Amino acid sequence: MIFLLILSFSISAKDTPDDAGGSITINAYNIPEGTQRILLYRLAGGDTIYEEVGLISIFKGEYDDASVVDGMEYLYRGKAITEDRAYVAEIKEYISSSPEWFNKSRTSVLLLLILFWVVVLIYIQLAKKNPEGLFIRRLPPLEAMDEAVGRATEMGKPVLYVPGIEYITDAGTLASITILEMVGKKVAEYDTRIINPHFDPIVMTIAQETLKTAFSEAGRPDAFNKDDVFYLTSEQFGFAAGVDGIMHREKPGAIFLQGYFYAESLILAETGYSIGAIQIAGTNATTQLPFFVAACDYVLLGEEMFAASAYISREPRLLGSIKGADLVKSALLILIGAGVIFGTIAFIADNAGNPTYMEIFNKILEFLARAAS
Amino acid sequence: MIGNKKDFWDRITSIKREIIFTIIGIVVIVPILLGIKEEVQISPPVKSAYEAIESLDPTDVILISIDYDPASMPELQPMLKAILSHAFRKDIKVIMMVFWPLGLPIGTEGLGEVANEYGKVYGEDYINLGYRPGDRAVMIDMGREIRHFFRSDVNDILLDTYPMMRDIHNYNDIALIVGLEAGRFGEFWIQYVGSRYNQRIILGVTGVMAAETYPYLQSGQIEGLIGGLKGAAEYETLIEKPGFGLTGMAAQSWAHIAIVIFIIIGNIGYFMTRRKERRVRIKGRKE
Amino acid sequence: MKKRIPLVITFITGFIIIVSFFIPHRPFGQLETETLIWYAIIFAFTLIIGVDSLVRLHVRQIRRRKKGWWYSIVFFAGFFYCLTIGIISIIRTPNPFQPGTAFFYGYETILIPLQSTMFALLAFFVASASYRAFRARNIDATLLLIAAVIVMLGRVPAGYKLWHRLPAIADWIFDVLQIGAMRGILIGVALGAVAMSLRLILGIERTYLS
Repeated sequence: MIFLLILSFSISAKDTPDDAGGSITINAYNIPEGTQRILLYRLAGGDTIYEEVGLISIFKGEYDDASVVDGMEYLYRGKAITEDRAYVAEIKEYISSSPEWFNKSRTSVLLLLILFWVVVLIYIQLAKKNPEGLFIRRLPPLEAMDEAVGRATEMGKPVLYVPGIEYITDAGTLASITILEMVGKKVAEYDTRIINPHFDPIVMTIAQETLKTAFSEAGRPDAFNKDDVFYLTSEQFGFAAGVDGIMHREKPGAIFLQGYFYAESLILAETGYSIGAIQIAGTNATTQLPFFVAACDYVLLGEEMFAASAYISREPRLLGSIKGADLVKSALLILIGAGVIFGTIAFIADNAGNPTYMEIFNKILEFLARAAS
Repeated sequence: MIGNKKDFWDRITSIKREIIFTIIGIVVIVPILLGIKEEVQISPPVKSAYEAIESLDPTDVILISIDYDPASMPELQPMLKAILSHAFRKDIKVIMMVFWPLGLPIGTEGLGEVANEYGKVYGEDYINLGYRPGDRAVMIDMGREIRHFFRSDVNDILLDTYPMMRDIHNYNDIALIVGLEAGRFGEFWIQYVGSRYNQRIILGVTGVMAAETYPYLQSGQIEGLIGGLKGAAEYETLIEKPGFGLTGMAAQSWAHIAIVIFIIIGNIGYFMTRRKERRVRIKGRKE
Repeated sequence: MKKRIPLVITFITGFIIIVSFFIPHRPFGQLETETLIWYAIIFAFTLIIGVDSLVRLHVRQIRRRKKGWWYSIVFFAGFFYCLTIGIISIIRTPNPFQPGTAFFYGYETILIPLQSTMFALLAFFVASASYRAFRARNIDATLLLIAAVIVMLGRVPAGYKLWHRLPAIADWIFDVLQIGAMRGILIGVALGAVAMSLRLILGIERTYLS
């Protein structure tokens, strides 16, 4: 016989916040020990019989009922079943779902984004007025591009450009295409061959057009060979093997490894080293940076890749965007520093019996962390 | 090098790659052939991953995502087998899915092997959903209904045919996600599922990626982290079921020691060569 | 005009996707998922372009009898094998990767060993790169060298045998020093990517248009 007892086990329901509607979130509290399942029942407005809709997770104590209709009213009942009894909890007030027009949990992201855009746009305007006034520090890998292409030309060897193994949606690949254009212009000027194997067909198509334009702008449209920009494979190690083969056969004098790489980065870099080529790498893949630093002559670290076009062209609008991004980064650094100091003070105060600062600190963290959802 | 003559210190500063490769090959192969096993110390991230599964009940369901291919199999397949052994021992139900299509056969093989060992029945105790393209779109939509992308399993049989899938519709019904990652999908699980659906996640990653994944563990976005072959060895130790993880530890130990010795030799040669060159320069100035 | 239309499309699309990140209400909330699905579909079709490029490359190699042209024959053998066997396997079974199919046979006997071999090369290359790169040329290089040695030894059982505190120190380097540096780089890369995306959306960066 199952005894129905109403103890402190309870449930609450609310319209799932910050969603597109069609969902009600039910939370269970004071889940009895030994609960095997928590059944959830729902009564739609106008109905007389509760229907079972699912199981509330015992771990999360939460269930998102995503089968509701916006605007319709519902009641809920939860039944926590242990080995020998069932605990029932009900919600007495009707609840309905509705879609939101603004995801409040992402407010912090919106504020940061607006700040970012405003600062960058201001700097772009400043840069247009005074282009000489904007300083960017030296980036040796970009300055070495000239040297690398020149060296390959002197040796009568081609230049190899590998744009990484990510798709065009990756920021690193886009930066790589920008750098490819710059390298393409140099290669055209020096009348050297450039070999450009690809992992992704879309990137290949864009690279073909980019190099064609680069050669045209350098006044050498006839020198562009479309066959030198080709698709290899979309398989990681197949690509690495293919590029290694190209390195051993064609023996390039300069190798550019620019883009997002995975584990094949060291294979490519070491093979490039073994054939004696000068290597300039650049990646936004943080895990592969150490390998490039160890094996290549020059390395663009992460965001330095994104500054490449601004650095080389010195175009005011591009420079301005770099400076703006740097300013936002400085602001974030100050925020992080302030957070560390305040967090430390809050921790010490909390240990000393004054939890106020810790509560404030946790609220700020929660506001920032909610944006991740 | 003084003049054009290479002496002993010059030679050890520039040992040929072929010699290094040969020695590394030997120190890796020998312990594996000899079957040497080494004990490992359990680290907190792996312990946390173990506890995450240990805390589950027989009525719970875990979702294992195979996001690796044969290249990363040596590191991640031992993790898969260890986690499956742990889950099946506790009668936890397992759903497997795949985002790397080349990982499907090896994931299927691992799942079948361990399931047979524990006498588990397909469709009642475990199921293989297979591969669907769309990665992040699949992850997001599974939060509403798994059947939006997976109407049938890997054998093209409707999910509702299987007893275990009748009550499983979305992440509400999944207690824990276990991502076995050789690429960026671990980040996607955290970003698109962990925070959005408040889903518990543990990750098993290759050694190289462990460094990048630590911040997520520290911030609590994942509950546990199994990093590289050592992580697999630690998990095997925790479940008291030695496998390839522990077998590979001796090889890894010896290889690391060999690399450290090479580094030390290289630096000794470097300093001795520099000292010699300085002496020659001073002698030259005096003359 | 030729460049203006793509720029306008980029701006409108970029703006809508950004806005949809903050607006869950239909149709904005679904845009992210929809665009990801569209991308997957488009990618599948662009593989045709890739295959075309690859086939043309190897046909040229064979026609011109360039050095190593026989490898292009190997390419075609593998290409047609996978294509034929793959199609036959899909027709015969719902899962071509099922053990027993010819496709699985090729996967097991060719792909797995090849991929494992390529990945295994890393072990050798790491050794030679470490030997070459970790020289105490200056303070920075020396610190890097010491950290590398501690972590390399601390992360294997041999390290514990050498000194029982070594794994704890290696873990501290991981948990404290390494994470700080990694977070800094991640934040920098993320901001750089946002700045780059802003430039693309506003049409300041136009290299992708050519």
